[in-house]
Amino acid sequence: MASAKPRVKVPKNAKKGDVIEIKTLISHKMESGQRKDRKTGKKVPRQIINKFTATFDGETVFSMDIEPAISANPYIKFHMKAEKPGEFEFTWVDDNGEKYSTKKKLAVN
Amino acid sequence: MNNLTRRHVLMIGGSAFVAAAVGVKPAFAANDHQEIINKFTGGKAAKEGRVSLELPQIAENGNTVPISVSVESPMTKDDYVKRVLVVADANPRSGVATFNFTPASGVAEVSTRMRLAGTQNVIAVAEMSDGNFYMLKQQVKVTVGGCGG
Repeated sequence: MASAKPRVKVPKNAKKGDVIEIKTLISHKMESGQRKDRKTGKKVPRQIINKFTATFDGETVFSMDIEPAISANPYIKFHMKAEKPGEFEFTWVDDNGEKYSTKKKLAVN
Repeated sequence: MNNLTRRHVLMIGGSAFVAAAVGVKPAFAANDHQEIINKFTGGKAAKEGRVSLELPQIAENGNTVPISVSVESPMTKDDYVKRVLVVADANPRSGVATFNFTPASGVAEVSTRMRLAGTQNVIAVAEMSDGNFYMLKQQVKVTVGGCGG
């Protein structure tokens, strides 16, 4: 599913020492592996995003290990303390090893 | 001889009944959530406190139940929340997510959405940088479960 589209909301500016809020959303069906195909009666194989990582200038700020119990189109809201200007990189990895990522800049004054 | 056979039958019947009673787990502890918690804490007991959970009392749609977890902590280099494990005690698989924080997180607070197969307890366990564990359990009533086909 290379069509998964990540969306991230981060403030453009922050004051030094402020804790900023980061909202992320990615379109992904998050097939749990529990669901049965109605026609064949067989379980649909699991295909989920199993890892999310947020880094700032290469250093990990927050990460999440994801199980099938996370809803489709996973939404994650978390925080970071703004100490210096830099660039975020957000990465999602799914069961097929497919990687989705996006970057955002942050100005700190 | 007749008598002995009857006794035998009763004995076999009796032990089978005991085995069945031991083998059947109660419905409210159907999955491996306790095992997963023990693995996370390394067998250490988790204290109550510090952890807050924001969950709906009643979730109409089990496919997407909003959850927020926060843990009280100064989030400095010497004193911060390392990880928070979230499990659901009556989903087909108990694991929901593990959140990994760093001192750069500023606050140990996260929100997401999860699937709940039915009414059950959601449990959050936090690991602090000093090696202590804290936990909180909260029930969510689910009107329509989130694991159907």
